[in-house]
Amino acid sequence: MKTRFAAYRRRSPGVFQITINAAFLIYSAICLGPLLLVLGCSLSRESDVLSSGYRLIPLNFTTDAYRFLLGNGRELFQAYFYTVFSTIAGTALGVIIMAALAYPMSRKDFRPRNKFSFYVYLTMLFNGGMVPLYLVYTQLIPIKNSILALILPNMLGGFYTLLMKNFFAQNIPESVVESAEIDGATTYRIFFTMVLPLSKPVLVTVGLFSAIAYWNDFFRNMLLANNGIINNLQYLLYRITVQIQVINQNPDVAASFPGGIPNETARMAMAILVVIPIAVLFPLIQKHFVRGLVAGAVKG
Amino acid sequence: MKNNQGFLYELKKHRALYILMFPGLLLMFINNYIPMLGTVIAFKRITYGKNFFETYIKSPFVGLKNFEFFLKTNYALIITRNTVLFNLAFIVIGLILAVTAAICLNEVLSKKLFKFYQSSMILPNMLSWVIISLIVYSFIADKGFINSLLTSFGGKESIQFYNETKYWPFIIIAVQAWYFLGTSAVIYLSTITGINPELYESAVMDGANKWQQVWAITIPMLRSTMIFMVMVSLGNLFVGNFGLFYNVPRESGLLFDVTNVIDTYVYRSLIQTGDIEMAAAASFYQSVVGFVIVLVSNSIIRLVSKEDAVF
Repeated sequence: MKTRFAAYRRRSPGVFQITINAAFLIYSAICLGPLLLVLGCSLSRESDVLSSGYRLIPLNFTTDAYRFLLGNGRELFQAYFYTVFSTIAGTALGVIIMAALAYPMSRKDFRPRNKFSFYVYLTMLFNGGMVPLYLVYTQLIPIKNSILALILPNMLGGFYTLLMKNFFAQNIPESVVESAEIDGATTYRIFFTMVLPLSKPVLVTVGLFSAIAYWNDFFRNMLLANNGIINNLQYLLYRITVQIQVINQNPDVAASFPGGIPNETARMAMAILVVIPIAVLFPLIQKHFVRGLVAGAVKG
Repeated sequence: MKNNQGFLYELKKHRALYILMFPGLLLMFINNYIPMLGTVIAFKRITYGKNFFETYIKSPFVGLKNFEFFLKTNYALIITRNTVLFNLAFIVIGLILAVTAAICLNEVLSKKLFKFYQSSMILPNMLSWVIISLIVYSFIADKGFINSLLTSFGGKESIQFYNETKYWPFIIIAVQAWYFLGTSAVIYLSTITGINPELYESAVMDGANKWQQVWAITIPMLRSTMIFMVMVSLGNLFVGNFGLFYNVPRESGLLFDVTNVIDTYVYRSLIQTGDIEMAAAASFYQSVVGFVIVLVSNSIIRLVSKEDAVF
């Protein structure tokens, strides 16, 4: 990053700095504004939204939409559970399995390593498509409508595996592995107590991308668990946007919302509840996210 | 025979390595290789059996019948057109915007503002397409932000965005560009920061202005990254971004003409209308053409400049 302040740039004329900063400020507003609009709606009265439309700043501030969602909270809490559980389990298992798959391919004394790399690489080139995949997960391994449907199908990525392989090949010194072997350490011991700890950067990167994908996934849920019993956050939100009745099954609630039963506003509130964990973690994860993007773009 | 012994010897010598790889190899076999073989279903009339194998055995071969039917529907043309044209637009517009944004971002002197801009631009990429769909909705719904603005400035009627196809090519392209601009810009930016500053210093000595520096140094240095990024996108020319095309138009049937892509068509045929043969044909067509495109685009790159080829 130091090179950004190299000598030639100090000559930037003032007008130029002002122009690009103005442009980026406007664009930042275009990136952040929409979320604020959603937040504003979620804190508005339903009747205000229906009469005067979506606004950044609520006409009458209320937490009705959130009270409504939490009042019908069972599905919401279940959805949180499904999302959190599948994100943690899928990411943890996926990262370990991918690392275990990638490590042998990085060892120069492992002769068939290129064949296995190709086995992984081919999955990136040719994709069987949705229909055979659907048949596999409904008939061969019948995990339809189980929590495994949210975890298993997107656990491994060919690209991530090869990213790990390259990292291991470049960062695990052969001499260290050899001397550990001479000292009698087993391959498993070397993998778990030396290779994995030495590879934290790549494990964090892959884990982060995988976790974001799990957190944001609604497609696997919609394709493989659509009987309405298992809903992760995104799929519940999707179903609510199609039909608010999904969450409003209690006729008594109407009385407690004089501003109208939250409908449009409840959707927006639900979106905010889904985004909050990511928004809170964003400052922590964005450094790793940027690093991961850059690492991924440097071809292996 | 000797080969076989060699394999067994190898297996024994590196037993632990094979055991480590086993779960991953197995999962990839199930998740990727069986579906690859399973694409043969596109040549069969599908009859569900009790299990996977029975389904495949019981379904009779019908040759190219499924494809004939698929090509006879006018969907084949529409979904191919939408998928390919949108992707081409994404590639060209995405490339121009991301390179421009990266070059400009690199010129921001204040470190704090630089970080702020970068974070804001990445943020959309953290959101799911379900959320993006709601965000778009809050802008273009009947009572949405845009219509509120229009009516408050004296517009007579609100625009029914979800009923009119003419707005959607722009909406889709704008949303996609907005979603990915930050992450692509970061990738280009990392190449720019890696450029040797001496190049610029000597250019300044020679009297080059900023514009000339960008054209003579920055853009040529970005060439490899640009080729790589375009290659990756070209490989996905036949893949429609399901999240985008399924969620953002909110499944408005009136818009299918411009928003239905191969992936959404396959899903709808498979799950909603139960035309599993159509789905299988479309998905096979997508896989094969996609694979050919990856191979062709890579060999073109190889001809043009060998070191930029991905494989």
